[in-house]
Amino acid sequence: MSFTILQKRELVPTLHQMEINAPRVARKAMPGQFVILRIDEYGERIPLTIADFDAQAGTITLIFQEIGKTTRQLASLAAGDSIADVAGPLGNPSAIEKFGTVVCVGGGVGIAPIFPIARALKSAGNRVISVIGARSADILFWEDRMNEASSELYITTDDGTKGHHGFVTDVVQNLLEHGEHDEHGERAIDRVIAIGPPVMMRAVAGVTKPFGVRTVVSLNPIMVDGTGMCGACRVLVGGVTKFACVDGPEFDAHEVDFTLLMSRLAMYLPEEKEALDCDLRSSVGEAAAEPTV
Amino acid sequence: MNTEPEAKPKKRPEMAKQPPSARRSNFNEVALGYDREEAVAEAKRCLDCKKPLCIDGCPVGVNIPLFVRQIAEEDFDAAARTLKSTNSLPAICGRVCPQETQCEAVCVLGKKKDGDPIAIGGLERFVADYEIAKGTTIPDLPEPTGRRVAVVGAGPAGLTAAAELAKMGHAVTIFESLHSAGGVLVYGIPEFRLPKSIVAAEVDFIRKLGVDICLNSVIGKIDTVDELLGEYDAVFLGTGAGLPSFLRIDGENLNGVYSANEFLTRVNLMKAYLFPEFDTPIKKGSRTIVVGGGNVAMDAARCALRLGAGNVTIVYRRGEDELPARAEEVVNAKEEGIIFRLLTNPIRILGDENNWVTGIECINMELCEPDESGRCRPEPVPETEHTIPADLVIIAIGTSPNPLVTIATPGLETARYGTIVADEAGATSKPGVFAGGDIVTGSATVISAMGAGKVASRAIDEYIRRI
Repeated sequence: MSFTILQKRELVPTLHQMEINAPRVARKAMPGQFVILRIDEYGERIPLTIADFDAQAGTITLIFQEIGKTTRQLASLAAGDSIADVAGPLGNPSAIEKFGTVVCVGGGVGIAPIFPIARALKSAGNRVISVIGARSADILFWEDRMNEASSELYITTDDGTKGHHGFVTDVVQNLLEHGEHDEHGERAIDRVIAIGPPVMMRAVAGVTKPFGVRTVVSLNPIMVDGTGMCGACRVLVGGVTKFACVDGPEFDAHEVDFTLLMSRLAMYLPEEKEALDCDLRSSVGEAAAEPTV
Repeated sequence: MNTEPEAKPKKRPEMAKQPPSARRSNFNEVALGYDREEAVAEAKRCLDCKKPLCIDGCPVGVNIPLFVRQIAEEDFDAAARTLKSTNSLPAICGRVCPQETQCEAVCVLGKKKDGDPIAIGGLERFVADYEIAKGTTIPDLPEPTGRRVAVVGAGPAGLTAAAELAKMGHAVTIFESLHSAGGVLVYGIPEFRLPKSIVAAEVDFIRKLGVDICLNSVIGKIDTVDELLGEYDAVFLGTGAGLPSFLRIDGENLNGVYSANEFLTRVNLMKAYLFPEFDTPIKKGSRTIVVGGGNVAMDAARCALRLGAGNVTIVYRRGEDELPARAEEVVNAKEEGIIFRLLTNPIRILGDENNWVTGIECINMELCEPDESGRCRPEPVPETEHTIPADLVIIAIGTSPNPLVTIATPGLETARYGTIVADEAGATSKPGVFAGGDIVTGSATVISAMGAGKVASRAIDEYIRRI
């Protein structure tokens, strides 16, 4: 059995949205969970967060950025093509309950996984304040979806081409300092969830810590099996080694060792480059072999 | 066949192996198997004992004297039928079973002075390979019973239980979490000890018995055991002991430190040894340390060597006699140039400012009185701390049961370390749910898991015929 791609489009340059027929995964998927996919028999297994799911249609939506060989190859696939293996839903679902006011932060490609969480939190009766950010307006996506999933939406761009000129942390800081007070004048942000690049998640954790607001991040270390079997995804949380695939992927942001996370994410950079170079060489080779018309 | 006992040689033919100088840089199979003449000659040494002890030495009860006699009579097809009637994975068992502690250990010929026991493993492999080369024959199956069984995990226990249940006429579906069937046979045991084409051939035989194998299906996530019980008459859990143990010492999360499970999964299942033809990368150390002394440690060390790690050292806290690995694998490792630092225990793993491993600090050990496991308890020798440089460290100190299924299954009793509590027949505390293999016993052997799968299949058959 393989998994057919039903729709695929490039949302913004190098960032793609893909809808895959995976009825058994869609039936059980919950916000915060991920799948491990392998494109073909030569492929590596990579984790991707489930950005949306439709149990009735039997589909899951994945959003990914072209970074290495595998994501580039994935980007080259089109509707009608198929993926050899999709395993999931994996990881623990995000905690969805009535917390009160929740700030959902999505940075870059992290906007995709924060979306189903924001949506679920809103329908659970929370006041959802979302903050989404990107380097520039032209690579910002899903503003419409996030708008619908939130009670209030803030946008930031590093270059000021849209919304607040600056980082998501500026808005979060501002919300914590001035934005939200209950009837007694107390700070009333009950929870912050941040998903994005590790530097962003670390920065959000740094901003919320002095306010003592419970802050959750979803970690994205390198994985192989995604079922607790290999330990590639070891992360240090509160001084204790955890496996992000089965113990997470969400953890207490104030306890996560982000430096370790970032250094482990960089472990295969030389090999990633080699795979990409090799891939480029072979596509150049193929192109050269084609007859010119 | 007319054989004269006194004319029989005392020694078995030595199985041809790739020479160490060649094999240390390739992933091809090390042991090359017996040829026809060697197999027949070896089979003729069998005394065909009236009360064969070898059968009792086999966890799945293979009729060893019969298949050996059939080899001696050069009726290899009959020998293959005999093997397959009790063992659905003979080409695998012929390669990875520890025969020296099981069937061969009780062989009468081995008890004689200077005598070798019959090479049962070698003969089993010969017959199984003969059949695979020729094309597998599917036995006649009984009328379908209309009963359905779900098997969780396509490792040795699950594959065996599924095959046996299919042969009884039940409809069997295996749910496997990975993208390939075989469990430890595909992710753990390296190509040079167990070629993946052999595993694929034996899995194919099980499919041809009518067993449906659903890959990419993580039970506990995609379906719970309770949901399976709604669709199937019984469930067998053969989820294995897949959770890697770490030393719990400083530096274990440094880059360049692998669990043996990860290292072997990358190399074997993901074929990282063929990177970049295959996409999964693996670090090739120039000085590799493998911590542990079992078969997994030997496999990891020998894989690292073949990847081009110039210098591979096994660090083990007990002595040579205590190495839990098969003697044969220790010999193979030594022949290939693996260095053994015995009675040595890691204290912490050292790294540089970029979080990359640079070595391990160890302490010498000495053996004291035997502990409850019967093995001598190692104690550190004060002031013997020393550092062994390394740029790759592989932790191969064991695995424990994976809790993914058990935590999602209310009413299923588990024991310390997360094993499932099951009776001798494999029945668990939850009606209709059976279990066997490493998930019940903790980390053990392929053949013991197969034995458990077989025993449980009988209990499952009895149970579903009753309901």
